[in-house]
Amino acid sequence: MSARAATHFEDLERQEQAARLGMWVFLASEILFFAGLFALYFAYRNEHPRGFDLGIARNTIAWGSVNTAVLLVSSYTVALAVHELRRGKRAAAAWLVGATVALGACFLAVKTGEYLEHFHEGIYPAGAGAFFAENDEPGIKMFFTLYFCMTGLHAIHVIVGMGVLATLLVRVLRGSIVPAASYPLAIGAVYWHLVDVIWIFLWPLFYLTPGGVR
Amino acid sequence: MNDWILRLLNLPPEASTFAAGVDWLHFVVITTTVLGAMFVFLLAVYWLVRYRRRHPLETTAASSISARHEIALIAALLSLFLAFWVVGATQYNHMRSPPAGATTVYVTAKQWMWKFGYPNGRASMDILTVPAHRPVKLVMTSRDVIHSFYVPAFRMKQDVVPGRYYTAWFEATSPGQYAIECAEYCGVSHSRMGGAVQVLSDEDYARWLDGKPFDAPGARFEGRVEERGDLASAGRDVAARRGCLACHTIDGQPHIGPTWVGLFGSEVTLEDGTSVVADEAYLTRSMMDPQAQIVRGYKPVMPTYFGLLDSTEVASLVEFMKSIADATSTPAITLPRVAPEPGTGSRGSLP
Amino acid sequence: MTTIDAGALFPGRAPGQDPTETAPRPVRVSYLTDGTTVWSWLATTDHKRIGVLYFVTTVFALALGGAFALLLRAEHLTPTRTIVDAYTYNRLFTMHGIVMVWLFMIPSIPAAFGNFLLPMMLGAKDVAFPRLNLLSYYIYLFGSIWVLVALWMGGCDTGWTFYAPYSAHSPSAVVPTVFGIFIVGWSTILTGMNFIVTTHTMRARGLGWFRMPLFVWAMYGTSIIQVLATPVLAISLAIVGIDHAFDWGLFDPSRGGDPLLYQHLFWFYSHPAVYIMILPAMGVVSEVVPTFCHHNVSSYRAIAYSTLGIAFVGFATWGHHMFVAGISAFDAGAFGVLSMLVAIFSAVKVFTWVFTMRAGSIVFRTPLLYFFAFLFLFVFGGMTGVAVATQSLDVHWHDTYFVVAHFHFIMVGGTLTAWLAAIHYWFPKVTGKMYSERWATLGAVLVFGGFFLTFFPQFLLGNAGMPRRYYDYDPVYQPLHVTSTIGAFILGAAMLLVCLVLVVALFSGERATANPWDSRSYEWYAPSPPPKHNFDREPVFDRGPYDYAEPFAGPADAADAGGRIS
Repeated sequence: MSARAATHFEDLERQEQAARLGMWVFLASEILFFAGLFALYFAYRNEHPRGFDLGIARNTIAWGSVNTAVLLVSSYTVALAVHELRRGKRAAAAWLVGATVALGACFLAVKTGEYLEHFHEGIYPAGAGAFFAENDEPGIKMFFTLYFCMTGLHAIHVIVGMGVLATLLVRVLRGSIVPAASYPLAIGAVYWHLVDVIWIFLWPLFYLTPGGVR
Repeated sequence: MNDWILRLLNLPPEASTFAAGVDWLHFVVITTTVLGAMFVFLLAVYWLVRYRRRHPLETTAASSISARHEIALIAALLSLFLAFWVVGATQYNHMRSPPAGATTVYVTAKQWMWKFGYPNGRASMDILTVPAHRPVKLVMTSRDVIHSFYVPAFRMKQDVVPGRYYTAWFEATSPGQYAIECAEYCGVSHSRMGGAVQVLSDEDYARWLDGKPFDAPGARFEGRVEERGDLASAGRDVAARRGCLACHTIDGQPHIGPTWVGLFGSEVTLEDGTSVVADEAYLTRSMMDPQAQIVRGYKPVMPTYFGLLDSTEVASLVEFMKSIADATSTPAITLPRVAPEPGTGSRGSLP
Repeated sequence: MTTIDAGALFPGRAPGQDPTETAPRPVRVSYLTDGTTVWSWLATTDHKRIGVLYFVTTVFALALGGAFALLLRAEHLTPTRTIVDAYTYNRLFTMHGIVMVWLFMIPSIPAAFGNFLLPMMLGAKDVAFPRLNLLSYYIYLFGSIWVLVALWMGGCDTGWTFYAPYSAHSPSAVVPTVFGIFIVGWSTILTGMNFIVTTHTMRARGLGWFRMPLFVWAMYGTSIIQVLATPVLAISLAIVGIDHAFDWGLFDPSRGGDPLLYQHLFWFYSHPAVYIMILPAMGVVSEVVPTFCHHNVSSYRAIAYSTLGIAFVGFATWGHHMFVAGISAFDAGAFGVLSMLVAIFSAVKVFTWVFTMRAGSIVFRTPLLYFFAFLFLFVFGGMTGVAVATQSLDVHWHDTYFVVAHFHFIMVGGTLTAWLAAIHYWFPKVTGKMYSERWATLGAVLVFGGFFLTFFPQFLLGNAGMPRRYYDYDPVYQPLHVTSTIGAFILGAAMLLVCLVLVVALFSGERATANPWDSRSYEWYAPSPPPKHNFDREPVFDRGPYDYAEPFAGPADAADAGGRIS
């Protein structure tokens, strides 16, 4: 299929401009969506600093960091995919998008493993679980409830992002996204970058502690 | 403030030291803004008539307000609004700063009643007794959801939040009875969570402190107009007003006394080991002679209601307990369990 | 772009001839007749049809919310039980608020009129993302159906504000209710995004930002708020739903939570939300006034900039809902002064509209009559807003009927009135028909009278100290309540009359010309009703939309409604 503007657009350039602006506006709303939870985190951390520190100490820093690395690499692969597609290298772009999706799956696998480990230790959301019977520092229940909320919401966005990229992958393979009009892949990549950036903020809040309380 | 202005604005009597200033500001703000609004509207009506279309194809020359005039208008209006803010914020800050040496009363709000604890150890429900001409500081929290302590005649209001203690204060200016309203929606009986502030003169207050009789000012507190629906709902109101719910919960948790959920008709173990079915006879006896048959695991602290409840009220309480004999409900918060003294035996079976 | 010689296209019409008197030529195919199957409507991507779909749905929402209101008012005829019990009353006022705010008020002008008019006012053929536009409608419909499901399950009783911790423990149908609103919120966000992108990228050649019709500015400002604020509502309601369904206790003090944080989160959205509800109304007013006064807007930039001012400063004032909630005195002072500042932007608009009348050539038709109702009620209500923003006064008025009266004056006296003005103003454009001026005027007068009788007594109730959301009340308040209820039923009857007048006009009204009001705004250069693609050739805008110094020179009833607008 050749690149042609939709009937209501004057030309392809305007259509691309509109699509890019649209994605950025949508990302602004996604950021505000997470912002509510970040606001809760900061307010509660301020009220219960010790409980939060204990909770952070409980999380496995290694897994969090692996996930950070996985997502950073995945952002690189999808950015490279856009670059390759623009240069006309359709096959390379397709492989790279596929790799991004696979890395997303890795992220989810690690996350699932972490959740299972928490359940095993008796840490559930809502302050439920045997762990909280012994550790009743105020704030530690809230820390873990927020942990499940925020990483859970993020994981949902990872799944959505994987779906978006998978759809784009199919379109690249079919040839309906062409180098001359590669912007659909570019804006899908931007969405993936946001998913990555949100994790970059979650990682220090839930895994890295000031002062190294262990 | 002029009495006729108060009446025109439908304001309650000014019964605290806040009220006069607040009412004055109210009058100024409303009058200036409404007059301003009227002026703008009438100007529009005037121009509607003056510039009506005389010929179907009339054109008009473009014109605009000069920037200078626009800025002048905006500056004038902003100054007026900022003046309102300055006075309002000053009054508000005064309301948020209890003076040193104020008498403190501890207030606990819960669905659907007000409980007051006084420094001399007295407690009351729904009626707050304070002296006139002396600042009173309220330290308030809620046992369950957010409520709001509002006395219209004092022009004061403060939300009451679970898990936090908030302070509010007032100084009443004349003896009388002034309604307390709950001003934050808190569930089905939100509109029935009223009370009264009973403001006493110095002598009467001294007599009240000593527990001596005094002349209660104003009309007897009528309380909320109650819907005399079925007896069971009336019983719930009675339980709230008479203080039963201070010790007996209706959410399944044992507290100072056994919970009423599932109580009626169940078998209860008494402190001497015998069992008895909690039927009408047992329950009414417990109200009149509470020390006779105490449930195992509870302290003998229930006061007698002999002479305080009339027979309709007793009946309505029993009906209410019957109506929740099969109920289950989720407690909003976990109450501390009041343990019996050591040596009084293990915890009894609870309904 | 080719220039079209209007004279050559429309023989028999001399320039300067009153366009409202030209006998209309039959329009060949309009957006209404371009495909008449049900599927062509349900699967349409035409922004005008989507606007009509939203309009019809929002009217149903208004009827439902209005029915709840009449039940509430009927209950208040007596101080104790009249027709329902306390639990039902509590669910009625909650569902009234929810249906009115999210299912009616927020989409009423933007989704219906914004969709219809925005592309036409920009000289575009459609919005930037037409299929997303249709999806947004179905998301709105799906969310609304969930709210109806919640109703069927008994409804929610927490108040439209869902305050924690009560909302986590209420025995009512909280979860399906918040789920429905959550879904509807995404429709709002996507529509806002669509409008922002359309405004940035689809303006016709020569149409700069400061020559667009002011209604576009209003849609733009509204869309900014929708995109930034609504997601915060979404997360707040998601947490309420999770707390209620799974007891996660995010605001439970016994688990480290703080009920006040919920209020901050909720009002961070809900204060800008009220600007989502009023900015479009102001946009309508900015169109109606210059048209019927035949005069340019006395300061275009004042309206444009004050729109942005409201959109941005409105995000900084939410704490004025929490003056007695336990925020610090310093915070209260900050929110107080910012609330005063935001009021100035509205005042600027009011002055600008009124000064537009000066040296105009005014004809008093129904839309302008609605403007006068708006002027009276919105300014009056806005002044009571300044009053409640005064901190010490709000201590007395917070959570009383005074606040209820204040916001109804703005939302009904302001937004609903402007919505009615919009219907009567753009009725000929949308339908190609004209309504009976006499009956429409009667409807407007009755709406105004019924409204005022309903809500003015509520200021007095609030002054006396009657709290809101009260099922029982002190019998001394009964006369005011009875008056208010009488007013409510008059208002209800008036709305039915207005509806009847318009339905009759829809079927047997007179044929309307392209520009019956002799407006200069750009949507009037297309026929009534417009063809599917609005303009067959991209128009070029040489003149401003409020230029009444020259006679109207656009095509009267163009078969071909593109070309040069000069």
